[in-house]
Amino acid sequence: MNKFKMVTFAIIVTALSAFTAKNNVSGYKVGDIATDFSLKNVNDKMVSLKDYKDAKGFIVIFTCNHCPYAQAYEDRIIALNKKYSKAGYPVIAINPNDPAKQQDDSFELMKVRAKEKGFTFPYLFDEGQKIYPQYGATKTPHVYLLQKTSKGNEVKYIGAIDDNYEDAKAVKQKYVENAVDALLKNKEISVKETKAIGCSIKA
Amino acid sequence: MKKLKFIGFKEVIEMRNTCILLLLLVCFSMKLSAQQANKPIDVYKKEGVSVKAYNFKTFEHYLHIQNDTTYVINFWATWCKPCVAELPNFEKLNTQYKGQKVKVILVSLDMKKQVEKSLLPFIKRKNLQSEVVFLNDPDADSWIGKVDKNWSGAIPATVIYNKVNRKFYEQSFTFEALEKELKQFIN
Repeated sequence: MNKFKMVTFAIIVTALSAFTAKNNVSGYKVGDIATDFSLKNVNDKMVSLKDYKDAKGFIVIFTCNHCPYAQAYEDRIIALNKKYSKAGYPVIAINPNDPAKQQDDSFELMKVRAKEKGFTFPYLFDEGQKIYPQYGATKTPHVYLLQKTSKGNEVKYIGAIDDNYEDAKAVKQKYVENAVDALLKNKEISVKETKAIGCSIKA
Repeated sequence: MKKLKFIGFKEVIEMRNTCILLLLLVCFSMKLSAQQANKPIDVYKKEGVSVKAYNFKTFEHYLHIQNDTTYVINFWATWCKPCVAELPNFEKLNTQYKGQKVKVILVSLDMKKQVEKSLLPFIKRKNLQSEVVFLNDPDADSWIGKVDKNWSGAIPATVIYNKVNRKFYEQSFTFEALEKELKQFIN
């Protein structure tokens, strides 16, 4: 193989691997910059992350009405917002499901659910299901903790709210709280990624 | 060395017997602990239907049975619409391939409080023929990666394996697609 051939070969291999790498990317990893959005809230107003001038970051949670896992976490999501919105990390809930596939997750029923449960945070509808694939959410509930940086909203934690979907009292590890606490104290987050059982997103 | 010379035939036999006895005892206790490790943590019963409950530790052996059978392990829940929709395909597979050493195991991830209210009545109503087990281990982050490192935790999800091959699927199946996958394992 002469030099020219070798270089060409190397370029082709690099190009190919770059393409396959791109195809394999399925949403954000910790350290990535998350996209902003403009989605409709249950009060019919549009919400974007950039509207929150004073926020230090966001607890973005993909959740929905119908999923029992999401329902099991509703009170804990309310508590998270109560605890952290004043500290600069408000909860932003997004329903990623297509109501054509899951009728219980329609925008009208989101309004009903938000009122019933007294949501104190925006509950947004991912119309056209365009935002959740960019984040890489696969199920509800699925949390992305973001921190405002000079580069944009950086992903700091991805995964579950805590380690017990069934019983809030039996929780041993509060993953999201620990992560936000670490950010507030300028410390390294100890658990940056977790997995949880959830309802697959219906789109 | 001198001492050894004085050990007679009888003593040697006794020593050998003791060794065998010890060995048997060790084997027996190992088998016992293995059985205990695979034992369900609970059994739920209602109207003639019963389901065994496992935590991940006691369930894990279902994912690693080394014999001539091909196992189709489906993770589902009664509240999961796409799971319930694809369940008849797994049932059909279980019935059609019974004679060909194929076994379907339906692993329910329902919540504990739903077992008597939803899971047992569902098994009865749908007359499920495949083996149903209830995996009750809410610390999911500790075990999702042990089922498959690529599983995000969304259901439905399926593992097909036998002693030579293993594949994981985070998707829904039609019967045709499921059968096509299975054929890679049994042919």
